[in-house]
Amino acid sequence: MKSGAVGGLRLRGGRVCLGLSILAAVALFGAAAPLVVPRDPTEQVLAESFRYPSASHPMGQDNLGRDILSRVIYGARVSLLVGLATVTISLALGLSIGMAAGYLGGWVDALVTRAIDVLLAFPGILLAIALTGILGPGLDHVVLALCAIGWTGYARLVRGEVMRLKESEFVEAAQALGLGHGRILFGHLLPMVAGPVMVQATFGTAGAIVAEASLSFLGLGAQPPTPSWGAMLNDGRAFVLVAPHMTIFPGLAIMLTVLAINLIGEGLRDVLDVRSAHDAWHKARGKRATR
Amino acid sequence: MIRLAGRRVAAVVPTAFGVATLVFFLLHAVPGDPVDLMLGESARVADKEALREALGLDRPLTQQYAAFLLGALRGDLGQSIVTGLPVGSLLAARFAATVELALAAIGLALLFSLPLGVAAALRRGSWIDRASLAFALAVVSVPNFWLGPMLVIVFAILLDLLPVSGSGTWAHLLLPAGTLGLAMSGMLTRMTRGSLIEALSQDYVRTARAKGLSYLAVVAKHGIVNALPPVVTVIGLEFGSLLAGTVITETIFAWPGLGRLTIEAINQRDYPVVQGCVLLIGICFVVANTLADLLQLVLEPRMREG
Repeated sequence: MKSGAVGGLRLRGGRVCLGLSILAAVALFGAAAPLVVPRDPTEQVLAESFRYPSASHPMGQDNLGRDILSRVIYGARVSLLVGLATVTISLALGLSIGMAAGYLGGWVDALVTRAIDVLLAFPGILLAIALTGILGPGLDHVVLALCAIGWTGYARLVRGEVMRLKESEFVEAAQALGLGHGRILFGHLLPMVAGPVMVQATFGTAGAIVAEASLSFLGLGAQPPTPSWGAMLNDGRAFVLVAPHMTIFPGLAIMLTVLAINLIGEGLRDVLDVRSAHDAWHKARGKRATR
Repeated sequence: MIRLAGRRVAAVVPTAFGVATLVFFLLHAVPGDPVDLMLGESARVADKEALREALGLDRPLTQQYAAFLLGALRGDLGQSIVTGLPVGSLLAARFAATVELALAAIGLALLFSLPLGVAAALRRGSWIDRASLAFALAVVSVPNFWLGPMLVIVFAILLDLLPVSGSGTWAHLLLPAGTLGLAMSGMLTRMTRGSLIEALSQDYVRTARAKGLSYLAVVAKHGIVNALPPVVTVIGLEFGSLLAGTVITETIFAWPGLGRLTIEAINQRDYPVVQGCVLLIGICFVVANTLADLLQLVLEPRMREG
């Protein structure tokens, strides 16, 4: 191996390690929130509203005098839980639908492809805003809205991979050996699509965290007094002139978490040698164009 | 090529139809009575019935669907429950502001990303290349609902150069457009860099250099010119997402566009307006994608084969 390649791998390894360390810290603080927070995140001390960061309140206090550090730590729970729940449900849906469409083909595939085309014809966040707007605010509705759109990405990816792989010799061999469809799908095809799906799920988690924060920022997600990073930014918006710290810290938390997950995703993509979504998208468009 | 382009344009029709269908059923897919959602369950029965009739919700679903599609084709999207004004005219009043914002965002994004991407490609592995990667990664990870307030803190409060929010002048446009454009510029920088590196590695570039053309002339005439089509295509593809991004940016900066109208309508439970906004942004997204496809056909002759 050339020294450059070793250096490249080491660099990527370093980035993944950095990403994993940040994410682990965020997750640990979130999980242990009741033990580590200095104050009750919902405790209001109105006499101390808008206080700037100090030794007793390292991130300052918000408009209701609540401790921002404690709220940021509790906010990690909301963000990570919503991110994980959204990705798990979307992944389960997308995997099943995509595998069924790719493997069965025919009208199932036609139906699934049409549904995906229409859902992807929308900017995802707009649909999520409209759905939560109509369903009413709340984190459960946020997860529902994000999953209603999120499955399409996984389904499209899995469908394509399964369609390509089902013609390969190892599937023919498995069929010749008399293996059932279930064994072929879950025993042979699923492990083959796991790599790209894992990469997409990593980026998907970051996307879901940003989407939850966006919706909470618009007042459609977490409701007071639940400490969510997006909702905290929404609270801070009106007071950006007098208390910029209300905006700075929750935003930093979102940025760090998303950056960490993106670093892990990029590292995974390189290690697993998965084509970037953009390449695949470009290739697919190219094919469509020349058809 | 014209046939291919025709096929692309024709493909807009079924997608737009799908989008309209989805927008129509968005309201009907929700469990419970839409009228309860709009007026609240405690509203008077007579009020509920009046609204049901006004919105045509008392008719069979198929009739409502047909009426919605026919109305949408004519530009008639019903009336706002809150103001009683036609949804179409509300959208028209706000559309120009959003397009202005989106175009300004693209302009600012290009202003940042083209020079940075070109510099990174020409000096691969140098500090500027690494800095451009860090910039791209950072701006992609910064959500616009944080970037916006941060830009306000720096440029409106600390430096006192630009207004905090509002509209009307160029100064009002800069912060919201910067918020939207910066996120886009990260990706465009990487795209420009990758595309230029690929263009410069082609045989014709080596030939041009062998002919004795200067380095700068080769980069300008053969490199950048050939590197631009993918960048332009991505701008087209991103235009739709940019429109969606305006929902948040317009809310932050009180910009009187479609995005803010969407949120106002959601907060007032004015569903015909929500439907109209989502439909219009959705259709713009489809049209922008198609235009990007067509542009790619024009700019990349290889795509015309077949």
